[in-house]
Amino acid sequence: MTTTTIASGAAAPQFYTTEEHHPENGTLLGFWLYLMSDCLIFAVLFACYGVLGRSYAAGPSGKDLFDLGLVALNTAFLLLSSITYGFAMLEMAKNRKGSTLFWLGVTGLFGAAFLCVEVYEFAHLIHEGATPQRSAFLSSFFTLVGTHGLHVTFGMIWLITLMIQVTRRGLIAENRRRLACLSMFWHFLDVIWIGVFTFVYLMGTL
Amino acid sequence: MSSAPPAVHSHDPAGHDAHHDHDEHGASHGTFGGYLAGFLLSVLLTAIPFWLIMGDVFRSPTTAAIVVLVFAAIQIVVHMVYFLHMNSKSESGWTMLALIFTIVVVVITLAGSFWVMHHLNANMMPMGAHDDSMPMSPEGARQMR
Repeated sequence: MTTTTIASGAAAPQFYTTEEHHPENGTLLGFWLYLMSDCLIFAVLFACYGVLGRSYAAGPSGKDLFDLGLVALNTAFLLLSSITYGFAMLEMAKNRKGSTLFWLGVTGLFGAAFLCVEVYEFAHLIHEGATPQRSAFLSSFFTLVGTHGLHVTFGMIWLITLMIQVTRRGLIAENRRRLACLSMFWHFLDVIWIGVFTFVYLMGTL
Repeated sequence: MSSAPPAVHSHDPAGHDAHHDHDEHGASHGTFGGYLAGFLLSVLLTAIPFWLIMGDVFRSPTTAAIVVLVFAAIQIVVHMVYFLHMNSKSESGWTMLALIFTIVVVVITLAGSFWVMHHLNANMMPMGAHDDSMPMSPEGARQMR
């Protein structure tokens, strides 16, 4: 082997890195990979909506159904919850437990407001007869927007769980890691919502 | 970024185990200014497309759709940079690599689906002024026989 002949020389060269090249905490990278796979789920649902979104089956179209004012309100709630979560992360970095919990609570309230508006919107649509069974457009609409809403719901459960854990255990290393993961999840959901309000609502009312 | 991954090695190796988890990850938190800049940009990039559509600024729906999509793309980048702290350095570039791979797959999924299904629709469906619940009239069905 050439390696041995060179290694027998004066300055033995190294063909590998001596320092640890694995990240010491792989959780965040792993969670990022999960988010990327979640992204693929949404890509498929977007593709589904893109294909079926104009198949109204002589039923109502997006133009008849969507209330853009309500969507704008929802967008504002989610955007505000994103920046308040950012504030929580900043307070966590400063090791302030009380204000971290405060901003997490504010984030939770905005998230709850978002869900309330969405449930109201869905209930209103179903009341008007625009149910998922009505047309392919409505099936794909409810699947896409509902999946996003479900993600927000689970994010809320996670948020409340972490608030309890931070209250009991404080800002220990484990809780910081969990909060960092939820931060990525929450901001990721906001990114998906950009796609939803643009592709579904804004382009649907054209 | 508050700290890049190489900063790990500048830490005192002993006695900082409790803070190890978060200190080394510049990826997990940004700065107040960064969050504020991201938020203000997002508000702007959200408000403009809503105004464009709700105010019926464009006559042509195609132009409006393209402009709105461009705004969405810019806003997604803003969120990635300011909120998700995406850069080529975090986790030695593995997050960026995963993101690029995902974008490639997403583009293939979306573009492929729309392309194939558009051709399918164009070739198979009698496209009327509106999509009918009955794709074929009884007369058409009779002619087919």
